[in-house]
Amino acid sequence: MGEFKVHRVRFFNYVPSGIRCVAYNNQSNRLAVSRTDGTVEIYNLSANYFQEKFFPGHESRATEALCWAEGQRLFSAGLNGEIMEYDLQALNIKYAMDAFGGPIWSMAASPSGSQLLVGCEDGSVKLFQITPDKIQFERNFDRQKSSAVHKMIVDRQYMGVSKRKCIVWGVAFLSDGTIISVDSAGKVQFWDSATGTLVKSHLIANADVQSIAVADQEDSFVVGTAEGTVFHFQLVPVTSNSSEKQWVRTKPFQHHTHDVRTVAHSPTALISGGTDTHLVFRPLMEKVEVKNYDAALRKITFPHRCLISCSKKRQLLLFQFAHHLELWRLGSTVATGKNGDTLPLSKNADHLLHLKTKGPENIICSCISPCGSWIAYSTVSRFFLYRLNYEHDNISLKRVSKMPAFLRSALQILFSEDSTKLFVASNQGALHIVQLSGGSFKHLHAFQPQSGTVEAMCLLAVSPDGNWLAASGTSAGVHVYNVKQLKLHCTVPAYNFPVTAMAIAPNTNNLVIAHSDQQVFEYSIPDKQYTDWSRTVQKQGFHHLWLQRDTPITHISFHPKRPMHILLHDAYMFCIIDKSLPLPNDKTLLYNPFPPTNESDVIRRRTAHAFKISKIYKPLLFMDLLDERTLVAVERPLDDIIAQLPPPIKKKKFGT
Amino acid sequence: MAALEEEFTLSSVVLSAGPEGLLGVEQSDKTDQFLVTDSGRTVILYKVSDQKPLGSWSVKQGQIITCPAVCNFQTGEYVVVHDNKVLRIWNNEDVNLDKVFKATLSAEVYRILSVQGTEPLVLFKEGAVRGLEALLADPQQKIETVISDEEVIKWTKFFVVFRHPVLIFITEKHGNYFAYVQMFNSRILTKYTLLLGQDENSVIKSFTASVDRKFISLMSLSSDGCIYETLIPIRPADPEKNQSLVKSLLLKAVVSGNARNGVALTALDQDHVAVLGSPLAASKECLSVWNIKFQTLQTSKELPQGTSGQLWYYGEHLFMLHGKSLTVIPYKCEVSSLAGALGKLKHSQDPGTHVVSHFVNWETPQGCGLGFQNSEQSRRILRRRKIEVSLQPEVPPSKQLLSTIMKDSEKHIEVEVRKFLALKQTPDFHTVIGDTVTGLLERCKAEPSFYPRNCLMQLIQTHVLSYRFFCLSLCPDLMEIALKKKDVQLLQLCLQQFPDIPESVTCACLKIFLSIGDDSLQETDVNMESVFDYSINSVHDEKMEEQTEILQNGFNPEEDKCNNCDQELNKKPQDETKESTSCPVVQKRAALLNAILHSAYSETFLLPHLKDIPAQHITLFLKYLYFLYLKCSENATMTLPGIHPPTLNQIMDWICLLLDANFTVVVMMPEAKRLLINLYKLVKSQISVYSELNKIEVSFRELQKLNQEKNNRGLYSIEVLELF
Repeated sequence: MGEFKVHRVRFFNYVPSGIRCVAYNNQSNRLAVSRTDGTVEIYNLSANYFQEKFFPGHESRATEALCWAEGQRLFSAGLNGEIMEYDLQALNIKYAMDAFGGPIWSMAASPSGSQLLVGCEDGSVKLFQITPDKIQFERNFDRQKSSAVHKMIVDRQYMGVSKRKCIVWGVAFLSDGTIISVDSAGKVQFWDSATGTLVKSHLIANADVQSIAVADQEDSFVVGTAEGTVFHFQLVPVTSNSSEKQWVRTKPFQHHTHDVRTVAHSPTALISGGTDTHLVFRPLMEKVEVKNYDAALRKITFPHRCLISCSKKRQLLLFQFAHHLELWRLGSTVATGKNGDTLPLSKNADHLLHLKTKGPENIICSCISPCGSWIAYSTVSRFFLYRLNYEHDNISLKRVSKMPAFLRSALQILFSEDSTKLFVASNQGALHIVQLSGGSFKHLHAFQPQSGTVEAMCLLAVSPDGNWLAASGTSAGVHVYNVKQLKLHCTVPAYNFPVTAMAIAPNTNNLVIAHSDQQVFEYSIPDKQYTDWSRTVQKQGFHHLWLQRDTPITHISFHPKRPMHILLHDAYMFCIIDKSLPLPNDKTLLYNPFPPTNESDVIRRRTAHAFKISKIYKPLLFMDLLDERTLVAVERPLDDIIAQLPPPIKKKKFGT
Repeated sequence: MAALEEEFTLSSVVLSAGPEGLLGVEQSDKTDQFLVTDSGRTVILYKVSDQKPLGSWSVKQGQIITCPAVCNFQTGEYVVVHDNKVLRIWNNEDVNLDKVFKATLSAEVYRILSVQGTEPLVLFKEGAVRGLEALLADPQQKIETVISDEEVIKWTKFFVVFRHPVLIFITEKHGNYFAYVQMFNSRILTKYTLLLGQDENSVIKSFTASVDRKFISLMSLSSDGCIYETLIPIRPADPEKNQSLVKSLLLKAVVSGNARNGVALTALDQDHVAVLGSPLAASKECLSVWNIKFQTLQTSKELPQGTSGQLWYYGEHLFMLHGKSLTVIPYKCEVSSLAGALGKLKHSQDPGTHVVSHFVNWETPQGCGLGFQNSEQSRRILRRRKIEVSLQPEVPPSKQLLSTIMKDSEKHIEVEVRKFLALKQTPDFHTVIGDTVTGLLERCKAEPSFYPRNCLMQLIQTHVLSYRFFCLSLCPDLMEIALKKKDVQLLQLCLQQFPDIPESVTCACLKIFLSIGDDSLQETDVNMESVFDYSINSVHDEKMEEQTEILQNGFNPEEDKCNNCDQELNKKPQDETKESTSCPVVQKRAALLNAILHSAYSETFLLPHLKDIPAQHITLFLKYLYFLYLKCSENATMTLPGIHPPTLNQIMDWICLLLDANFTVVVMMPEAKRLLINLYKLVKSQISVYSELNKIEVSFRELQKLNQEKNNRGLYSIEVLELF
């Protein structure tokens, strides 16, 4: 099949931000997640938990609360005192409105979804009416002084010693009048709102209980503790046939190492997230009817988009961080070896450049040109293009100034194979083509979105000959443009699941598209139809193990000399699909890590199938072909991330 | 089951209640709000759930309210009468009673009566009745006299029966009582004479009435402390004739007849009445709830500060004047059934289930997990019930068993019990077992010589009993009797079987287990499951001992000597070995003590009782525990041999408990010195073990880190990959 030298890169020092809030939307089965750096991500739980949208973070915008209201409108509020609404179509912030109450710590939507309540630093609670295109201040409830209906005093005594103040981290108000509170003393308490009396108290942790979420049916809720434990409480009958029910702590889960800052309760799963940056979906087995995606525990740690680009010619890697870019040059070796050998390095990898952004905004996307002489990146408000000059070992950087006004913000940037063209997907839905020559650039054309749509394009692919440009939005549908004639060539038929990666093969100009349900399609752009191979695959279906993988394919590339090969990878495997070989059926072994020994050629040929999988590199964030015989793989071991997190709560060992 | 809940006081403000108490408590048009009229000038509107007043209105100085304020449910207004003839009507927004609507009537008003769904009625002292609207149309209209001279209205109540308002009032004249029933829409007034029966001297102290389809059930509480019931037909046979009514005794002597304070009676529902007054023996006043169907006292509550002898009941609240303040006691009554009243049914049934389901539950034992849910089953039960009705005269085996217990000899009872147990899964198995044990124990208490030990053992082994509940009926006597008889075998069985033994009883068992003589132990047949034959083991291991001691979980008495005790120990190393290897108690006692070790307890409740154990017993027990500890540390898993041995944690916890409870005593005892030294060293060795473990953990972590780094192969490498 092939032997490669693999540059195994582990110096991408990427640490995801901790999760601050999650909000589940039952209508669309989507989950909004906000991180401590202000990033907001949207996961589509129906589309195999794919992170289909994201809103870049902002240094001064620490999100403290996130909620869905009025159907599928998403609001967030944070320590800068602003309430923001997100435009889920155009992928930008619709507006930000100051609540004038200082930092906002909490937010909730009314059950009807037509009103929004925020709790501010100054102790006031403010009510906003949600109008079709904005929100409108309606009422202010000042800090209660004496007219509180009930004052429920939370017992601050913990094990009889602590005199620390007890902080109530979260409350839930059930329709039967029960109030559930979680507090810093590790208690979950049930109160009767009519009388203001404590009904029941569960001491569940030695540390804070930080979050609570109640199921819509109010028969179950979930709390998260600072010890990384998630507890499930259920309303169960006291005896088998009585109708009297009581809240019982049913299941503890320990999927986190750090504070569980936030939890959510979907009809079928408990969702939790926290400082350890994992987003965990723990399905409730009793609610899951069929064994499918929903029945498996999921832990999402890495973004479902590519943070790395690569210059093949100069063997450079560009790493994208929240506030800076790093440029590395790969090392080299002259040695050769057999499978599994680590080769001695004749030259180590170099850190060439550390490019810091200006301003508080996070980087949305970045790209290095294949020739290595251009770097482009974008934040929400500015687009940056740099020209790199290499003189022996020295490298100089020059910013291309005077960016046109329309190039303000990009969702995706791509250079053509010959580095003469720059393609920019702006968040207005337009696609810009820029000609690069020497140290200057020229705007060639803008493909405007079809009238009436504002859908932003998130993924771009260009054919190696530079003739075709494919662009995909958040909802299905891939548009293919003819770059020479500057017009829309065709649209690939829409598919139910979002596109996770796509690429155009050299020579044949076949567009390979991977979807979040793990389907891979091959579409011939010149013929405007699916290829025969793609049809065969669809007819026979993928191997069941292939379909059960739980991370999306994030990158697709091709072998310049072997047109039948497609290289693709997700976070846990790297695969070469050889279209010339028969497809595996469910009875064949999909993944066989062992090399064939001295078996006869017949057996080998019989068991050989199209999918050649390697699981050596994981978690794999990026993999690409540098040349015919060289691969680059960027890994990010979880241990390295954990080592950079703040230490978790120390637990006693050996009775000390 | 009827139950009174925690009382609360409506206001801290003392009401100006006169010697007669309050004028009245009446409902308002909102469910949670009540009008309280004191005997002076004030009407207060209370919100009960908030325990606070919403409004308060007073008449002018010099005027006095003579009739409690009521709410006109049709208009939401409040109506009150002051100075007998002046009617005031106002609503929530009004502030000053002086400025609200006023009507002066031509006759004195006894009461205004208002119930939901109809207009209020005004009952005049002369017995005439008017609708409020009609009266207001012409306030000065002439009011006729209905009752005779010297006849005084004592009590009145207003019902709506089939949407027809019915008014009843009771009058008294020279010790004779008369009941008047006025059908308000047909304007028929019927007069009845209440016959008091033999005891002509009794005075009726309080009335209450409930109504069903045909009769008004008038209940009266007489000065002899009994409750009588009189049924008054709503539709009289002959309205013109003066009729007599006979009362029947309903409940005997519920309150003391010659109480200083007033007594009061209120019907809560068809089956329950609340009685306020002093019970016969006690002098303090009590609120008690009686089930009149079963003539049982359901619950009662002492009211030490005294009451005014008035009681009101609306919705789910009982109102009374307790001391100087108005007190509300929430009252709940779930549907009662015979099974519930007899304590055979769990009371935590939801109130919504009707009687039929109770009946089904009665047949199938509760909580046995036999979910009879499908319709086929329930049909079968119905059929079975029919059969049972026809078979009722026959005496069921359980009844037979119960009667046997009361009379027969121990032998015979044993045979009967065995027979019954063989039948086993009868539906009422649990209850019969409970009743049987209760019966046996009662007889034990009555006849000191009677002690059916084998029977009790058998019954305990059915696994349906516990300390407090013999299948839901209270009976903590079993262990008490076993303790008295020093029946260690039975006590061991109880300790093993019952999940809810109080700490004091556990401790009493421990005392007996430690104090009972070895010779009397020999005779008993104690369950030896938890004891391994330590003696054999120790003889066998005599040679091994030297070696194992070094391995004893880091505890090495030879090496680990503290300075103070060194010399002493050096003198008798031989002794030491002996002490640690031979069991300080005999096997049977060990088995009993193990049962104690296994029992559940709460430290706080156990500690005070442990202090009562004599010092030499404490030392003995400590020695035994120490011995067990040494045995534990002999093997790597830190467990004892045997089928159900005490765990290391149980042993350590009990050592700590005993030392905590009796530290000064043990310290003062010379013979415990060696033991204390050993224990001290034990702790010291544990500490050093843990510190060693911590050290190991640190080095282990470093090793792990090294290992990781090895796997990491640095941040960058070039490798060869071949895909097949």
